[in-house]
Amino acid sequence: QEWELRGKVTDAEDGSPIIGANIIEKGTTNGTATDVNGEFRLKVKKGSVLVISSVGYAQVEVTIVDQKYLEIAMNVEAEQLTEVVVVGIGYGEVKKADATGSVAAFSAKDFDKRVITSPQELLIGKAPGVVANTLNGEAGAAAQIRIRGGSSITANNDPLIVIDNIPLESTGIGGMANPLSTINPNDIESITILKDASATAIYGSRASNGVIIIKTKKGLKGTEKMLVNYTGNFSLSSPYNYMPVFSGDEFRALVQDRVENHGLTSAALDRLGNANTDWQKEIYQVAPETEHNISIRHSIGSVPYRLSLGYLYQDGILKYNNIDRKNVTLNLSPSLLDGNLTMEINGTASWVGNNFSNPDAIGSAVEFDPTQPVKNGNTRYGGYTAWTELSSGDPLNGLPNNIATHNPVARLEYRDNTSNATRYIVGGKFDYNIPYLPGLKATLNLGYDYYKTDGSDITDTLASWSYREPEFQIREYWQKKTNSLLDLYLNYKKELGVNKFDFTGGYSYQHFYNEGENSNRAWDPTVPGARVTPYKNEYFLISFFGRLNYTLLDKYLLTATIRYDGSSRFAENNRWGTFPAVAFAWKMTEEPFIGKSDLVNELKLRLSWGKTGQQDIGDNYYPYIPTYTLSTPGAYYQFGDQFYPTLRPDAYDANIKWEVLTSLNAGLDFSLLNNRVTGSIDVYKNNSDNLLNSIPIPVGSNFSNYLLTNVGSMVNKGVEVGLNITPILESDFSWDLGINMTYNKNEITKLTLTDDPNYPGVNTGGIAGGVGNTVQKFAVGYPARVFFLFTQVYDQNGNPIEGLYVDKSGQGGNVAGNELNKYYMKSPDPDYLIGISSRINYKDFDFSFSGRLSLGNYVYNNNASNRALYQQIYNQSGFLSNILTDVKKTNFTTAQYWSSFYLENASFFRMDVISVGYNFSSLFGNNIGGRIGLSVQNVFVITEYSGLDPEVVNGIDNNIYPRPRTYMMTISLNY
Amino acid sequence: CVNDLNVEPIDPNVNTLNNVFKDQSAYKKALAKLYASYALSGQTGGGGGNPDIAGIDENFGNYLRQYWGLQELPTDEAIIAWDDATIKDFHWHTWSPNDVFISALYSRIFYTISICNEFIRNADKAIDTTSGAFQTELKTYKAEARFLRALSYWHAIDMFGNVPFVTEEDLPGAFFPRRITRTELFEYIENELKEIENELMPARQNEYARADRGAAWFLLAKLYLNAKVYTGTERYTDALTYLNKVISAGYSLDNSYEHLFTADNNSSPEIIFPITFDGQNTQQYGGMTFIVHASNGGGMPLNGIDGGWGGIRTIKNFVAKFNLKESDFDSDPQYQGPDKRAMFFFDKSTWKWDINNVGTFTEGIGVTKFKNISSNGGPAPNAHATFVSTDFPMFRLADAYLMYAEAVLRGGSGGDIGTAVSYINALRQRAYGNDSGNITASDLTLDFILDERGRELYWEGHRRTDLVRFGQFTSGPYVWQWKGKVKEGIQTPSFRDLYPIPINDLNANPNLVQNPGY
Repeated sequence: QEWELRGKVTDAEDGSPIIGANIIEKGTTNGTATDVNGEFRLKVKKGSVLVISSVGYAQVEVTIVDQKYLEIAMNVEAEQLTEVVVVGIGYGEVKKADATGSVAAFSAKDFDKRVITSPQELLIGKAPGVVANTLNGEAGAAAQIRIRGGSSITANNDPLIVIDNIPLESTGIGGMANPLSTINPNDIESITILKDASATAIYGSRASNGVIIIKTKKGLKGTEKMLVNYTGNFSLSSPYNYMPVFSGDEFRALVQDRVENHGLTSAALDRLGNANTDWQKEIYQVAPETEHNISIRHSIGSVPYRLSLGYLYQDGILKYNNIDRKNVTLNLSPSLLDGNLTMEINGTASWVGNNFSNPDAIGSAVEFDPTQPVKNGNTRYGGYTAWTELSSGDPLNGLPNNIATHNPVARLEYRDNTSNATRYIVGGKFDYNIPYLPGLKATLNLGYDYYKTDGSDITDTLASWSYREPEFQIREYWQKKTNSLLDLYLNYKKELGVNKFDFTGGYSYQHFYNEGENSNRAWDPTVPGARVTPYKNEYFLISFFGRLNYTLLDKYLLTATIRYDGSSRFAENNRWGTFPAVAFAWKMTEEPFIGKSDLVNELKLRLSWGKTGQQDIGDNYYPYIPTYTLSTPGAYYQFGDQFYPTLRPDAYDANIKWEVLTSLNAGLDFSLLNNRVTGSIDVYKNNSDNLLNSIPIPVGSNFSNYLLTNVGSMVNKGVEVGLNITPILESDFSWDLGINMTYNKNEITKLTLTDDPNYPGVNTGGIAGGVGNTVQKFAVGYPARVFFLFTQVYDQNGNPIEGLYVDKSGQGGNVAGNELNKYYMKSPDPDYLIGISSRINYKDFDFSFSGRLSLGNYVYNNNASNRALYQQIYNQSGFLSNILTDVKKTNFTTAQYWSSFYLENASFFRMDVISVGYNFSSLFGNNIGGRIGLSVQNVFVITEYSGLDPEVVNGIDNNIYPRPRTYMMTISLNY
Repeated sequence: CVNDLNVEPIDPNVNTLNNVFKDQSAYKKALAKLYASYALSGQTGGGGGNPDIAGIDENFGNYLRQYWGLQELPTDEAIIAWDDATIKDFHWHTWSPNDVFISALYSRIFYTISICNEFIRNADKAIDTTSGAFQTELKTYKAEARFLRALSYWHAIDMFGNVPFVTEEDLPGAFFPRRITRTELFEYIENELKEIENELMPARQNEYARADRGAAWFLLAKLYLNAKVYTGTERYTDALTYLNKVISAGYSLDNSYEHLFTADNNSSPEIIFPITFDGQNTQQYGGMTFIVHASNGGGMPLNGIDGGWGGIRTIKNFVAKFNLKESDFDSDPQYQGPDKRAMFFFDKSTWKWDINNVGTFTEGIGVTKFKNISSNGGPAPNAHATFVSTDFPMFRLADAYLMYAEAVLRGGSGGDIGTAVSYINALRQRAYGNDSGNITASDLTLDFILDERGRELYWEGHRRTDLVRFGQFTSGPYVWQWKGKVKEGIQTPSFRDLYPIPINDLNANPNLVQNPGY
């Protein structure tokens, strides 16, 4: 006997309707969700058990007897609620609603279903003010994150990453494409991004690029049901576009034409082959990936635990490139002494294997003569076609031509470049509520991050490029880094009438150690030049910090923070820095004269000011100490019959110190239309001062011509808007839309000690082509990495005229020989970055996509400027090179590296991922719920940029490992 | 534990000023650095990291490479095909004050001066606190450091004119070195060399490659021969004084001209001061490795290297000094003429005599002077496929002979024409293998000297200085292919006889003044 049950779900505390609560008949797929009024209808039968659940509330079960109408009041589930709205702020947590700083928070549910090998990728396109890009399509490739444009020029621009209360060492480690790929994204519970200085100042000297706080998932109390989760996926990736080059037949015709009509030596014709080889097709592959994770959340006795096991294997689209990762994570959260001593113990172990393959093959595949076969029957190079020295007189087996392009397939076959990394992160946080003093809590936080990699890069003796420096045929290396942490702090909470105080104060000690060894040798042990080069260094950070949160009448919030940081990287007189911040927030909707309404549910205004620092100023951990460096073998000098190592005094800056960032932020958090529209708007201005710049110093005054010293200033100004909209919210149909917009303007305001208006700036942006050629500058009055090029002159048909540029200086003569004729142009960074993500749930199906629009980012097409030149077709030493068909656009014979022709507007829209899924609550009649999904990653890119991919970090496009398109199937099961 | 912030480097390869000289042997290593500054770009072999100067690719930031480039590329002796930054500006005479290569050499010169100053300071301290043989040795080291500093200041006065000036009195730190005029600097170098003359080891008595009195005399002679250019005052008699010392010091012409430029040239009795290289121990992509590889390509014999880089060659105007024509290569691409110094390669089937495109290596004439094989044709000592073992003969006796003849012709006293002719004929007899190339006193003109210097010393880093002294570098009547960026060559403004003070240093040091014309 079935009937329709109607009902309403409300919050037990205030009676407000709960929207989107799930009502499911236990053990079946029968179920629905509440609408905007908290109401639902569901067909039921006698004896069925309904399970009512909603995020943040304790689950309710009701057995149906004969009810026609049900009113269900749900209680807030304390622990679950904290997971949703509490954000980490460093040495403590705060409810999101009470945060005074600019903070963006994500929980696991916000993450896209896609192939993700590292936590950084979770952030791509997700938060306003956060620009995340994967560097290229390599398996396990690094992602670059910039929060509000980055605060430094030459020092580190990566945000500080804190995993389970342990601030990590920011720089990577040799032999890992991406150091964070040792963290399994599936273990992540939440990510909080601290953007303004008031939020980050608690991390003082490491905070000026923002802070990312990652929290991993925890265990469950013993009273709850054991949760077992399995997720697995399988995907296939393939390249979807290739560099446009001439085919074998086209190339033969091209060479013929250059010889007949353009004066190319006829010797070039003698070197042509008869084949038609598409070298790019030879080096890429369809790449499978698979990942499996199992996690168990429950408790052993009274100790909640979470255990997770993960396995990832991913191939790159470049043959042989792959990464595999195994990891185990255990979280224990016992509590003792009647809950007065709580502990969080986290341990993660991961083992990552990398095969980097040989990315040199990518450039070789573009250049290698398409008229040559992959194998030509030689015996010296394993059969793989190799260009040989003309003078050796044997085109098949002669000595290799060392300046020629090497066979792309041989590049892959004859180089074996692999590494194995191990990482253990162990942390323990102990919170003790001090008896007899209610509100006082002492915390001890210990952390240890151990990281070791072993790698080898081995070139076969059959490789044509192994002849040049045979002593480097076998390279081996290892590196070990450790990071030890001790934090000790007190927290005191007190309410006095309408005043609430929350004070935190403490001490932090951190030690970073780095050690390693590089070695090289030849296969033949009699070849001299084998070397072992060890290195070792360390630095310390010691800090005192304090924070006061003061709340008046639950609507005026004040946060004051101070950190006093000492770093061993600086001399005693510059060692300590003070980093203060204050922030004020006003919960406007708590005011009676504004009040909460259906239109405006919540409004909070935030204002903040603060100073943070950057002590991570480069590889040299002792920049203020006058040191002498002994030369390594190979850099000895001869006196008589003996070779002596040399001792060099190194340049140093006795006064080197922190970079300082002063940040101002104003923000508004809002929740409108029955919480259907939530979001925030922030405007900010960040002034970076004492920026380290490697500037030319007066020659003769130190032991170099350049010195890294604190001279620069830079400003970042921006607006960020984050919006989450729920246009549709019905029981079986809902639509969530997330839009975030970032506008950032960056300008360098000072670079040198003497404010010389003629100072042209510091060269940066090295390109492929020639040696030492650059196309960008750090220059006062311009954004960082502004392009610095000649303005191309065009003929009446709009074609660029080779070598003809605008005579900016008016000095005439050789325009291209005069730097004064170069113009500062555009910037590699986008003006606007808009991320959009959408998720639709319809009955048991979900459909989502996420994409990004980047506007105003410019790219210098170095592939075209360096590989689309007629002159490169034939080299005097007797080899041919393919060129890009882009040459038809310019008809350039010789390199015109500084032509503005190659600077292109690379604005783009990229559809990062589209996915569909089917959700089920029981499988084979068991209580196994889950989801099965299909997704496509890197679906399409809309752009006018003429190169392969407009998304180029730092704006110079050369030889990137192309980003593939990926098709993925995911299964997740919950028991 | 706040004291943990007081750190000392823990790497055994890194020493601090506090402890580095506790070991006496460290002084010789620090001295080796001063010499190595001309050969190597940093502390890692092969230019593989840890460079001395910045702002340029490490292997370009090599002293010899840039010295060679700035002395040879703007002249009739060499032209380069590559596209590295502004490198073609040299042959075109269009370089600008922000040229990276000019800046690199300038930085390298003053880097070397700075580390010499540091060495002199440390040696001074140690001399005061030691005694006996070690103290004597330290005094010699110190004199050598002063010689090297004078050598670099000579490069500075020759190429840049009025430059910054620092001595051991100036401690490293943030300050603006004062500007010194060319005349003042001339006097300083002169005085330094005279002061150390007797503190250096006697000529030919020091270890190979370390400076001795012969090197100091030779440098003084160079300074005096060019004094008119540097100060406006002729000093030819002084030049002859020191040339006579050099010539009578026991050096002798190498029997084989070719041997001076092969990998075993360290055994040559003619070399007064070299910059040494070694395939295994002194490795550098700049330096001799650059000269030998960059001048190879287009089917030229490899002569001990693994392949050419196809960059530098010479032009028809220069080989005309040997009366060479295209047809002289009809039978053999490797020229085998009577003058053995003409070591040129031209394969008629693939090379072109005329240069229409500066970027095409096989337009022009290949130079096979420097080789990475031993003079008997066998492999180089400590041979390496890439890195060259041949030393660079910076000062050699033949140059002293030519300087002698020139100083006599220009009116210096202390020498005579007869001796001058005999010195020149000694060189020509070696070149021709017999008397057929001999000259008489009437042949000995200044024009002949300039050409003969080209024939004897081409590609040894003298040409720019010589052309300037003879008034032929820029605005004189002599033009050559692509000078002034015109195919058959044009005269260029005479301000280019000096290089500009690099813009970087002009901005960094308010005491400096740009050279006129730039």
